[in-house]
Amino acid sequence: MTTAIAIRPQQSMRFRGRSFMAFVLAPLPPITGWLEELDKWGCNSPGFFVGRPIILDLAAVSLDGSGITELIGTLGERGIRVVGLEGTDPDSLGPSLPPLLKGGRQSAGVETLDTACEGTPQVVAMPSQRQEPTSLLLENPIRSGQSVIFPAGDITVLGSVASGAEVVAGGSIHVYGALRGRAMAGSMGNARARIFCSRNEAELISIDGYYRTAEEIDAGLRSRPTQCWLDDRILSIAALD
Amino acid sequence: MAKVLVVTSGKGGVGKTTTTAAIGAALAQSGQSVAVVDFDVGLRNLDLVLGAERRVVFDLINVVQGVAKLSQALIRDKRLETLWLLPASQTRDKDALTDHGVASVIKEMRGRFDWVICDSPAGIERGAQLAMRFADAALIVTNPEVSSVRDSDRIIGLLDSKTEKAEKGQRVEKHILITRYDPQRAARGEMISIEDVLDILSTPLLGIIPESEEVLRASNVGSPVTLSNPASAPARAYLDAARRLKGEPVPMTIPSDRKGLFDKLFGRRAA
Repeated sequence: MTTAIAIRPQQSMRFRGRSFMAFVLAPLPPITGWLEELDKWGCNSPGFFVGRPIILDLAAVSLDGSGITELIGTLGERGIRVVGLEGTDPDSLGPSLPPLLKGGRQSAGVETLDTACEGTPQVVAMPSQRQEPTSLLLENPIRSGQSVIFPAGDITVLGSVASGAEVVAGGSIHVYGALRGRAMAGSMGNARARIFCSRNEAELISIDGYYRTAEEIDAGLRSRPTQCWLDDRILSIAALD
Repeated sequence: MAKVLVVTSGKGGVGKTTTTAAIGAALAQSGQSVAVVDFDVGLRNLDLVLGAERRVVFDLINVVQGVAKLSQALIRDKRLETLWLLPASQTRDKDALTDHGVASVIKEMRGRFDWVICDSPAGIERGAQLAMRFADAALIVTNPEVSSVRDSDRIIGLLDSKTEKAEKGQRVEKHILITRYDPQRAARGEMISIEDVLDILSTPLLGIIPESEEVLRASNVGSPVTLSNPASAPARAYLDAARRLKGEPVPMTIPSDRKGLFDKLFGRRAA
């Protein structure tokens, strides 16, 4: 989902992150009953699903690999194209099934499905778009193993980022504490993003896919306040004190 | 109202079971009614350290599955009448524990004891997560060395996300207990300093337990170190830690085995 690679300075392959919004269908047991409800709603709003990517959330039902394949086939007959799955055990998925997705965020703008099949379809208008926040402020330290991903903008951490943790931002990253883990800024393709920290003990820093590990960072910069930026595709780091 | 305390660490072999037994015994000695629960299914050790291994009939899994009542499974300590043990099963594995089952056992124990201390297994998987799930407070046992500190940090992250309290938006009260601390090695720079450990973990310190041969001697005779030799350095450190758990302001020191020599480290009190 997020970036990686770009071997400095030769540019071979770069992966970028992009976020799309998809609707989630969450079947409830018994599945046959749920499919009936879906059909009732479908006669209300024919063609609703045409061209829309759908995520299938299987948390409420327990299906094995063949059950999931069957359900996807049944939905396909109704013109519903499942591009990803949520809420199920990765071991039960074979290679022919859509991939398991993690870390989906609630999105503003939800349409309710009204099963009253009479005359004009009753679809609630999308609530006016709230101003999406473009920076994330975290007041607690980021613990080892935690992963903070915020493609929409900057991330500011008012504590330390532990060794084994990672912070991934679409914008810049500001750590008012020790940066001991990984910081990956400009993850959506923003070469102007920067990384700031009060104490540099980072394991890996990356801006717009260009990265350096701790090994490649000058030892004189360790434990000092530093800023990192991209200078004509070269990751530069300098002390701030 | 009872307090459920989980003794956890992430890393194995740092002293969780020793601590559970020592602090459980220390609290019981001060008059509190304490139950210690072994969550390490399949690799149970708490019964050995407490010297109860020959009296185990029913265990936590039997109670969870309804095969036995809690009162049938609880084993009373022979030396301290307010200390009880709920052992783990040795023949089953962690999959036999269910969220719902553990919840009801803990709930029943809350009604009967002042303290329920859960001895967590090592790791971050199901056993460790179940042990911490219903905790009000946590004791994170850490050795002053790099892998232990990083693993403890991971566990602190889990305490803030995978517990019932965290899911309700409340906080689990967390304390660091540094074990196997060797002042000479620390002075030579071979061990991470206490300040560095606390700086990395950003969590209040409950106590510092020095490295000592007494711990092994105590477990060999099946007694918590606070009972087998209460004058020894680790025992005194554990007794201080237990008092701090109850809220008493005890100044932070590292007891040493040398008579009459107390290292007053810093004037910092435990939070």
